[in-house]
Amino acid sequence: MSDQIQIRVNGKTVSVSAGTVVAAAIAQAGQQCFRRSLKGEYRGPLCGMGICMECRVTINGQPHARSCQILCEAGMEVQTDA
Amino acid sequence: MRETLLRFEVVVVGAGPAGLAAASVAAEKGCRTALVDDTPWLGGQIWRGQQLRRRNPQAARWIDRFQKSKATLLDQCSILGPAERQTLLAEHPSGARQIQWERLILATGARELFLPFPGWTLPGNFGPGGLQSLAKHGWPVAGKRILLAGSGPLLMAVGAGLRKMGAHLVSINEQAPLHRLMSFAAQLVQRPAKLVQAADLKWTLRGTPFRYGVWPKAAHGDKQVQAVTLTDGRREWVEECDFLACGFGLVPNVELPLALTCQLRDGFVKVDERQASTVPGIYAAGELTGIGGADTALVEGKIAGLAAAGDEPGAHRLEAQRASWHQFREALKATFTLRPELSRLAAAETLVCRCEDVKFDRLKSFAGWRDAKLQTRCGMGACQGRVCGAAVRVLFGWGMESVRPPITPARIESLCQGEQKHTS
Amino acid sequence: MNQSFDVIIVGAGIVGAACAAECAEAGLKTLILDRGIVGGGTTAAGMGHIVVMDDSEAQFALTEYSRRLWLRMRETFSADVEYELCGTLWVAADDEEMAEARRKEEYYLARNTKVEILDSKEIGRVEPNLRAGLAGGLRVVDDGVVYPPCAAKFLTDKAARHGAECRSGAAVRMLLAEGGVILADGSRIVAGHSINATGPWSPELMPGLPVRKRKGHLLITDRYPGFVHHQIVELGYLKSAHSVSKDSVAFNIQPRKTGQMLIGSSRQYEAEGTEVEQDILGRMLARAIEYLPSLAKLSATRVWTGHRAATPDKLPLIGPSLEHDRVWLASGHEGLGITTSLGTGRLVADLLLGRKTEIPAEPYAPSRFAYAAVAHV
Repeated sequence: MSDQIQIRVNGKTVSVSAGTVVAAAIAQAGQQCFRRSLKGEYRGPLCGMGICMECRVTINGQPHARSCQILCEAGMEVQTDA
Repeated sequence: MRETLLRFEVVVVGAGPAGLAAASVAAEKGCRTALVDDTPWLGGQIWRGQQLRRRNPQAARWIDRFQKSKATLLDQCSILGPAERQTLLAEHPSGARQIQWERLILATGARELFLPFPGWTLPGNFGPGGLQSLAKHGWPVAGKRILLAGSGPLLMAVGAGLRKMGAHLVSINEQAPLHRLMSFAAQLVQRPAKLVQAADLKWTLRGTPFRYGVWPKAAHGDKQVQAVTLTDGRREWVEECDFLACGFGLVPNVELPLALTCQLRDGFVKVDERQASTVPGIYAAGELTGIGGADTALVEGKIAGLAAAGDEPGAHRLEAQRASWHQFREALKATFTLRPELSRLAAAETLVCRCEDVKFDRLKSFAGWRDAKLQTRCGMGACQGRVCGAAVRVLFGWGMESVRPPITPARIESLCQGEQKHTS
Repeated sequence: MNQSFDVIIVGAGIVGAACAAECAEAGLKTLILDRGIVGGGTTAAGMGHIVVMDDSEAQFALTEYSRRLWLRMRETFSADVEYELCGTLWVAADDEEMAEARRKEEYYLARNTKVEILDSKEIGRVEPNLRAGLAGGLRVVDDGVVYPPCAAKFLTDKAARHGAECRSGAAVRMLLAEGGVILADGSRIVAGHSINATGPWSPELMPGLPVRKRKGHLLITDRYPGFVHHQIVELGYLKSAHSVSKDSVAFNIQPRKTGQMLIGSSRQYEAEGTEVEQDILGRMLARAIEYLPSLAKLSATRVWTGHRAATPDKLPLIGPSLEHDRVWLASGHEGLGITTSLGTGRLVADLLLGRKTEIPAEPYAPSRFAYAAVAHV
């Protein structure tokens, strides 16, 4: 039984093991920049515990999802801001 | 879990060491107990990942003990704030919950202290604990060059953990001066378990440059961190890296205690010898009462759990153990005090508020936090001042503002009064 | 220390700030005092909606006059004031409310205020997130929004440029019959006139003043640019006994320049505390979700409360107090403080200098209430 999960990050399919958070999947997809700040700066996760709000991305159409706290689920569609 | 109103005798918030201990002992004493955590995992921050990969025997023991106890786990439940009397409003992915308590034990732990310096907002700069958490949940670190800086025992612990995951450690840079670190090391002699931990760390970190009295001056990079300028106050030099893990210690997550009107002392929740806060029925344990690490958290959690369960003698018997760990806690505080240079790292153009992009020189012109907040919106963005609020305390000496709900971002529907169905 | 001014304004909220700007610009030696910071009271808590209202002729006159002043000043504002001409959309849920929309249309058109009626299809087009099945609405074109704390600061800065002095952290203990004040620290400042612009706290300086605290809740969301385009208010608010009963809620949402949205509104008497009250908050949000169903899943960042200053006839108190002609009032603006701040400031300056006011000032005269207020002597 495979414990690999397929999700899509910015349209690209990424295969991750169960227990991977979405932020890690984004990094595995080669993406360091998750979002743009108010003035357009590139940002990525800082605190890793759901507090800094810098890891927010759109998951299954819902924006502002804190990717460091959300486990990957099969078929997830993830869009980063940057 | 479809019920919207849940009733317990003892509710514990936070599934780190303090919360696990409190919930376990309260349940063992026969109290109908709930342990609430906003993540799907047990262990909080310091024992992140221990549920799956059980490398820390102490963590494994407590997770087992909790799971064997009759306490109910309410995971993925974010506390939004107090509802009516002795009720907490919480949000679960499937909907809102009301959690009623007779005694409440707060064990919401701590978060990392970030201080602004040029380049600190670049992707690839993480808190040390943050990078460790992410790595445990799949963030690729094998083969990456990681530079650690800032302050606290977390630097070495995280460094060791990352190395075991295949990272290449560029250097570890502690801002505290050597003489204080030596005193701290001397302290450890009295604590065999800690000594073993230290020796293990030393072995794991062999070959990694470890410096004291050194702090970061700037991070550089095009779209992410590529290099860091370090300084010892006299010289400066640059080291290349893929990731920077930089944090200056821990600050307690006092938002929920404040929302419940618990009094603070020196920024921590004020508690008595039974871990009772200034609000009847509410206790606090762990980093909330002082940054003392897992061992302090465990004994405080046990005392709070026993006190909440009405076991006075049991709670009393643990006082000596707690006193001993409080000495360790004091040593931590004394050793890792932040040097004044750290409040001057920000340049005029350096952002202090990352959510609203507010620069240091803009903030400097205000006399106090409230004025700065209203005029610049610093601290009013998505993180509600959790990152910049702690920083401005160090930078300007500004105190904290009042806490407004929701304590963590919530879906608007969760803040509506839903239909209440009772469950007993 | 004895100092002397022509006018002392107590309270540096948006109303006091507007008074200071007008008085200073008119050449009066002006001092504005606040026990806290500029714009830190009700001004900081409010929505920043600039809106014409027609509950009475006098209310229309003051709001319309003030709105014109906002429009005239538009080009001078700094970016942080965030003045947006998004317009107000009054939403009708049924035929009864639609009839009210048409009545308003007639009323406003007769007074040269630009409005347009939208039917149920059109309202869905301009605001796609509104629920289906609404009867339509009225769009008031020149209404807008501002960010109040920066607007207040803009006005006190303007006052300072014209020579006014502004002091934060200076609480006033007492208003003197001859026009000066005594501060909490015991010092006395002499002035020709003093103006009580302390909003819901006005009765502290003038016990018996017919100003009551009216608590409100607001919620701010994360950023959802384009979710709504106008400030949207339900017409049902007029039905839901918003004016008289104890606790009431009404749907009201404002898009901010940042893409965040402010959601209101609630009104409570007998609620002196500033704590967020879950039950009325829940009712307020449930009402908002009725109009904008997809609001339910959006992220709430923060909820807070504030107190409005309410008078018995919903009109503010502007002008000399009942007892002492050197002790004035600029207070009691309820939910229209931001809008009518500029008109209030102009009226105050005009009245002080004996200039002809652009609109009649009598409807707002404090003397219309036979209150037993005593400005301490």
